[in-house]
Amino acid sequence: MTAGTSDLTALSLREAGDRLAARAVSSRELVDAALARIAATDDRLGAFLAVVPERARAAAAAADARAATGARRSPLDGVPVAVKDLFATKGVPTTAGSRILEGWLPPYDSAAVERLEAAGAVVVGKLNMDEFAMGSSNENSAYKPCRNPWDLSRAPGGSSGGSAAAVAARQVHASLGTDTGGSIRLPASFCGVVGLKPTYGRVSRYGVVAFASSLDQVGPLARTVEDAALLLGTIAGHDPRDLTTSRRPVDDYLAPLEGGARGLRIGVPREWFQGGVDAGVERAVRGALATYERLGATLVEISLPHSRYGIAAYYLIAPAEASSNLARYDGVRFGLRAEAKGLKEMYAETRDHGLGAEPKRRIMLGTYALSAGYYDAYYLRAQKVRTLIRRDFDDAFRACDVVAGPVAPSAAFRLGEKTADPLQMYLADVFTITCNLAALPGLSVPCGLEGAGLPVGLQLIGRPFDEATLLRAARALEREAGPLPAPRALEEAVR
Amino acid sequence: MALSLEEVRRIAALARLRLTPEEERTFASQLSAILDHVAELRELDVTGVEPMTHALAGEGPDLRVDVLLPSLPPEEALANAPAREGTYFKVPRIIE
Repeated sequence: MTAGTSDLTALSLREAGDRLAARAVSSRELVDAALARIAATDDRLGAFLAVVPERARAAAAAADARAATGARRSPLDGVPVAVKDLFATKGVPTTAGSRILEGWLPPYDSAAVERLEAAGAVVVGKLNMDEFAMGSSNENSAYKPCRNPWDLSRAPGGSSGGSAAAVAARQVHASLGTDTGGSIRLPASFCGVVGLKPTYGRVSRYGVVAFASSLDQVGPLARTVEDAALLLGTIAGHDPRDLTTSRRPVDDYLAPLEGGARGLRIGVPREWFQGGVDAGVERAVRGALATYERLGATLVEISLPHSRYGIAAYYLIAPAEASSNLARYDGVRFGLRAEAKGLKEMYAETRDHGLGAEPKRRIMLGTYALSAGYYDAYYLRAQKVRTLIRRDFDDAFRACDVVAGPVAPSAAFRLGEKTADPLQMYLADVFTITCNLAALPGLSVPCGLEGAGLPVGLQLIGRPFDEATLLRAARALEREAGPLPAPRALEEAVR
Repeated sequence: MALSLEEVRRIAALARLRLTPEEERTFASQLSAILDHVAELRELDVTGVEPMTHALAGEGPDLRVDVLLPSLPPEEALANAPAREGTYFKVPRIIE
């Protein structure tokens, strides 16, 4: 790789767009640099499940033609990005990290990809993930492991592990992921990038492989807060094809971005600082809170008394919805079919071959929680607890504008460290899950490195549809702290 | 709470999953541990609390108007079918 292409891949989405606007670089050069970087690093990293050079170069040519006539569609026009492999992409394999969808060629594009491409962004490939977005380490991918570019023996986090790793490793300028219980914020924290889960209903899930429909949300991962704001503005908004999308107008996320933290009331949940968080993570998070105070924000102690029940409520609700959503993988209309004599045998054989241990475990759990005699005790009770969790936040937001705390109890853990005990893996989501249950927007912004040199994310949670305040708060911290250094482990491995 | 092997088999049958004897044993122990953890929800008094059935109260669902809209042409809908006959998805025999 030449120094020139490595410089190009290091650009933020905004910087790349600015250079395209100034005609200082072509989309073709950016796309070639991204493809070269992927070719040079992905054997070691494992962030991509599919790369689509021809489709990308055709899109780059079209973007360059627009730039030549002064008809660029947006600041993203011509910039290479990638999406988690559960966004349907017309004619391009979309596996959701599962063998049961191997070979499926979607007949349509997901709404988020449609909007990205309408803005001119160039999708160069599909990113690795935990099977059906079920997992916190990307180790449940049915295809291959994805590694953390900061330390290749560690997990990138999950389930959008490839989306975070690819952005951190400068393979693409930004990406899209999905977040059901922390699946954008956790890998963003582990890989040292910005990850935003918007309010439930802000971004269309049309064409997104469904996991838990009352929780799933689409969001961006990027190297800067501004890039995340740019992407959210591109993909957000009502879509008649997803009935859960809101008709509220989409805010301008860029204009208020540099507004600073002065006067901001930051709620610090007492329950999130009562032990159980690694010392290095707590130090980085407390450092970020001190920075906010210095910038003129006020820290307010708040209480989220029901947040400790979040994992329990989530692991009834999400598997129940998953057991229903995954019933469609029956070998009839698309995806894998295993041959068998009768219909029931075909279903069982297909699902046995096509589904990995984690989806099976969650289907079992969800089927049990919904089965006759258990519905009231499990699913219905969990839905009531969800109301209590939401009320905690409603109360808190009377005293503060955003809630701040750790994203996860630890920095990136080692591959294999938690695979033997599913419950230990589930507990990685202890701080992210309540945000999904309450349908609120949440983001992870890098707030430093812990003792072993691994990145730590600060989590900010906002009022419904107040992504603008979250992004402004995150930007204030980012401006003060400066960018993280580039991860070195991958560079040393591919040298 | 401990889930018996019979219960694991019953749930697997409901979910159209076929488990090996080893998977049955693993799931019995793992699901029992998870159910023990979620049992902590019983500590809470939820009398009079409405379940959160829609994530954004008052926001929807926003039903679309009941009019005919374009959908996938049959050839595209059938293009991924593991087996087809004419314009139908083909499945194994259902009635013996």
